[in-house]
Amino acid sequence: MSTATAGGAATPGRAPSVPPAETRDRKKKKSVLGTRPWLAAVFLLPALALLGALVVYPICYSVYRSFFDASGNGFVGLDNYQEMFSDDATKTAIKNNIIWLILAPTVSTALGLIFAVLTERIRWATAFKLIVFMPMAISMLAAGIIFRLVYEQDPDKGVANAMWVSVHDSFTESPPFPGAHPRPDAGLTESSGGAYTTEATAKPGSPASIPLVAAKRDDIGGAQTAKKAAPEAGKVTGTVWFDFTRGGRGGRGVIDKGEKAMADLKIEAVKDGRVVAKTTTAADGTFALPATADGAQLRLPAWNFSEPYNGVDWLGPSLVTPAIIGSYVWIWAGFAMVLIAAGLAGVPRELLEAARMDGASEWQVFRRITVPLLAPVLSVVVVTLMINVMKIFDLVYIIAPGPSQDDANVLALQLFQSSFGTNVNQGLGSAIAVLLLLLVLPVMFLNIRRIRRESRR
Amino acid sequence: MTSADTVVSAKQSLVARIAARAGGGVARVALVLIGLFWLMPTAGLLLSSLRDPADVDISGWWKVFSDPGQLTFSGYDKLLSNQQITDSLWTTLAITLPATLLVVVIGALAGYAFAWMDFPGRDWWFLLVVGLLVVPVQVALVPVAKLFGEVGIFQTTTGVVLFHTAFGLPFAIFLLRNFFAEIPRELLEAARLDGAGELRLFLRVVMPLGGPAIASLGIFQFLWVWNDMLVALIFADSGNPPITVALQQQVRQFGNNIDILGPGAFVSMVIPLAVFFAFQRQFVAGVMAGAVK
Repeated sequence: MSTATAGGAATPGRAPSVPPAETRDRKKKKSVLGTRPWLAAVFLLPALALLGALVVYPICYSVYRSFFDASGNGFVGLDNYQEMFSDDATKTAIKNNIIWLILAPTVSTALGLIFAVLTERIRWATAFKLIVFMPMAISMLAAGIIFRLVYEQDPDKGVANAMWVSVHDSFTESPPFPGAHPRPDAGLTESSGGAYTTEATAKPGSPASIPLVAAKRDDIGGAQTAKKAAPEAGKVTGTVWFDFTRGGRGGRGVIDKGEKAMADLKIEAVKDGRVVAKTTTAADGTFALPATADGAQLRLPAWNFSEPYNGVDWLGPSLVTPAIIGSYVWIWAGFAMVLIAAGLAGVPRELLEAARMDGASEWQVFRRITVPLLAPVLSVVVVTLMINVMKIFDLVYIIAPGPSQDDANVLALQLFQSSFGTNVNQGLGSAIAVLLLLLVLPVMFLNIRRIRRESRR
Repeated sequence: MTSADTVVSAKQSLVARIAARAGGGVARVALVLIGLFWLMPTAGLLLSSLRDPADVDISGWWKVFSDPGQLTFSGYDKLLSNQQITDSLWTTLAITLPATLLVVVIGALAGYAFAWMDFPGRDWWFLLVVGLLVVPVQVALVPVAKLFGEVGIFQTTTGVVLFHTAFGLPFAIFLLRNFFAEIPRELLEAARLDGAGELRLFLRVVMPLGGPAIASLGIFQFLWVWNDMLVALIFADSGNPPITVALQQQVRQFGNNIDILGPGAFVSMVIPLAVFFAFQRQFVAGVMAGAVK
């Protein structure tokens, strides 16, 4: 575990867990020139000046500034830190950051691991790797625009909902006639929730007529013509049809020649508030209920007329954070895959072959040999992604639409808003900055410790 | 492996082999499907950017497959005749090139000093640089904005360049020092015996030998700066912002501005993607070494 620090990859092109071999066997390097120290200072000056002025000094100033109020003049001690954990916006940000921190690195790493293993022995896998790694090269802004489009609410526009709705509709029926309703004078009353119930009770032998109007043309287009239901002994029968003839020539409540049937409607027979029988209208609009429906009222449940399933509100308050995490995974799974694939190349092949010869299944080889050997690489990837996720800003700022931005809030976004947005309080902004710094401090120490150990060898 | 696992009949291993073969087929199919799935978001934006805004407004990009006549370059025409957008591309370039060059030069100087020069506290200074690797840029936003304001370079291209250079340096120094340190000592001593001075040694021996690391660093930093939005949002001239900020300003009315955002996002991706495909190896090396950033 001690090798599993985030700074594992020291040299380009190498597996991240392998320290540079040459630095180990050398004690302290002496200059070949016996340089005068002032020359070294010249070489270092630009770097140290920039780092000092724009990195080190700002850290100190942020810590100092975090103890002062919004105006910068009043010393408030730890009040900003207290506010950070009591202010609603910041509390949401902390909560979301925790969700990010748990979900994003693990999902990205798990997918990266799966991809790396899947591609291992396939020659054309390079194309696959390029595709999955490509999002790493584009800006978070472009990725954000891409995913705004993916997550469009309208299933006719957003591909996420288009796919989701088609999956959903293949498992559940969709309502046959959204927006339709009975003719107002047809003797049906609307109950709360949009169901319609006949005022008269049904009798076997006298078929019921239920004329509907206001169906959408697309829904009625291909329907058969309606047929008057035949009376049947011991059964309640009837017809539901679209009581509309072009030009208004047709009679109201009468099945005129050529008027269309309304199929697949649900019909319930209700007695004393209980459903005693139910059926669905046939292609010609007729239905038949058993004798138990004798004396019952016929009800058309609201479902018949409800709007079709419109998909998930991806960018609404409850799903916005997981949805944005999805776009993050799209970007960073490729990073995980490449690092893990490099680690995988270093796993001794004989070890895997030996296990296979001994009859271990592929799953056992993966679980018992590959994953344990990859543990150092996996932790480098997870730690790197965790550092990265703590600072997540662009994706949230771009993808979360105005109304859900508060629900999608994260620390870096809150810091930006507190420092430069509306309602500025740079004291609070600085406190958040210090919190971010504190969160990466453990990794900073791990890095330093690893480098020190290497240079002492 | 338990000892029970090692006792296995020939029949079982045959079954295992057939299963493995079938598994290979499944893996291939899965890869194709996942690949298409991964490509879909980008393809969606590309196809949307090639459709008329009126079409985008009523149907999804996949309608293009049943009606290829919808494809048009008018969105790109409109975008590239938009002065604000073309100006912002130049601004991006004016930020990215100096910020990349400065990081490489200043980082190489310091990396060389840390690798091959003697000065008091060398290791401690280097550890400080290593410590700065993971400092989030967010810590510096407020203080540097104030500092730049006092110096008079707040919301100027110079300011953005300096900020990116400073935050690129820890990684640059770390990467280049480690690479330079592996240059064989004999090479440097030979050059020294030929009478080369420190500067000559740096320019003629160390820099050329450091080529691969410098390429990785340069590409990594180039893409980093090109793709940045946060730093530019605060420190760039809001009247003449880089492309990321120019597009961000349009995102508020996402639905209405898709005719700018679609082609705009793609134009902003062209250079990074070209760099990525041309220098994959160096980019991957840079990303792997930069796992700490």
